Amino acid sequence: MRYLRPNTAAEAAQSLADEPGVTRVLAGGTDVLVQLKAGMVEPDLIVDIKHIDGIRSITAEAGGFRIGAAVAGAELGAHAGVKALWPGVVEAFELIGSTQVQGRCTMAGNLCNGSPAADSVPALVAAGAVARIVGPKGTRDVPVRDIPTGPGKLSLTKGEIITSILLPARPPRSGDAYLRFIPRTEMDIAVASAGVSLTLDAAGKITAAAVALGAVAPTVRLVEAASAAIIGTKLDDAALSNLMQAASAACSPIDDKRGTIAFRTQVAGVLAKRAALIAYSRAGGSK
Amino acid sequence: MKSIHISTKVNGDAMEFVCAPDESLLDVLRNRLGLTGAKEGCGTGDCGACSVTLNGRLVCACLVLGAEVDGAEIGTVEGIATDGVLHPLQQAFIDHAALQCGICTPGILVAAKSLLDRNPDPTDTELRYWLAGNLCRCTGYDKIIAAVQDAAQKMRAA
Repeated sequence: MRYLRPNTAAEAAQSLADEPGVTRVLAGGTDVLVQLKAGMVEPDLIVDIKHIDGIRSITAEAGGFRIGAAVAGAELGAHAGVKALWPGVVEAFELIGSTQVQGRCTMAGNLCNGSPAADSVPALVAAGAVARIVGPKGTRDVPVRDIPTGPGKLSLTKGEIITSILLPARPPRSGDAYLRFIPRTEMDIAVASAGVSLTLDAAGKITAAAVALGAVAPTVRLVEAASAAIIGTKLDDAALSNLMQAASAACSPIDDKRGTIAFRTQVAGVLAKRAALIAYSRAGGSK
Repeated sequence: MKSIHISTKVNGDAMEFVCAPDESLLDVLRNRLGLTGAKEGCGTGDCGACSVTLNGRLVCACLVLGAEVDGAEIGTVEGIATDGVLHPLQQAFIDHAALQCGICTPGILVAAKSLLDRNPDPTDTELRYWLAGNLCRCTGYDKIIAAVQDAAQKMRAA
């Protein structure tokens, strides 16, 4: 195994593209080192991207924030600006792992690990976040929702790395929230989860909504029928009931020891409803 | 595998070592630098027995490569006592019998100190969430919480 520590994204991408064997990108390492330890992967090349210029920084951009791919959970959680604009994304990211894991884990890593139960991904998809990808052929921007294609599978091609994630600007009277179900109070993997982002008009009516579900399908799922169920409403009981039905109808989960199909399907609807209520209140709506 | 030469600081002392590219920081600390305070419980970031600080952030040494720490500053349990005098946290763990087998203790001391450095007066809830990644199978945690709170109180009064 070789360990490389490039200073530019282009150099990182080229090294990954040129390596004929197995490669891994190392940022926080909270998934890669577990895979190494378990013998799940024996990379020929590890590329540590933490020394790429700007990859550990959070910068204001066009009214939103660009989050470097190597920014750790504890660093994002301490950023007042991002917390104020996208509290749901920050709370989702902060749910990952322990204090120790938060000192290292990254959102781009959570995304690229490709788990359908990744906590930060539904919140990023609901937020309309966009990943910046650098590869041997140049740079492209891709919505986060188009990155995962299945469990452990991504739409990135060989040599491509995510260098940052853009959380966009948002209109006034907007709010977002993320909730997950786990059987413990801390340190667990989502059995079902929901991220919701809303924008209201001056009268408290929802003008835009995005509802994303995690751990209930092979990838995170953006549920347009769930958004449609609440746009134009003030989240009255009928709208909430329609939201729950639309969210549950979008689920096609697996049955495993952590949750049955029926349980995950029902809980995803409940979480979508509760997350919508929190997002509504954060957007300044009152009920 | 080609060995990598690394220069780093551990508990304020400059140190150099050579390691394999896939060697964890935990293995480097224990096997190359002789610092056996950090323990390997799980080796996969679940138990916290290998907790150390890396550039001031609490991390699991088993989830860091030795190769990553070139130019970094590492803090381990060996650096907590000063000039042979136990840190208030260490003394409180003895006074409250907050350990039995002791495997988790170095990691919990490092993690608790990292919290108190940021928040000298945590609530029990804040403390329990902060230490959620430090597993202890002996004490049932109550004595650990009591010991950290006692140390925090003594440190605030000092």
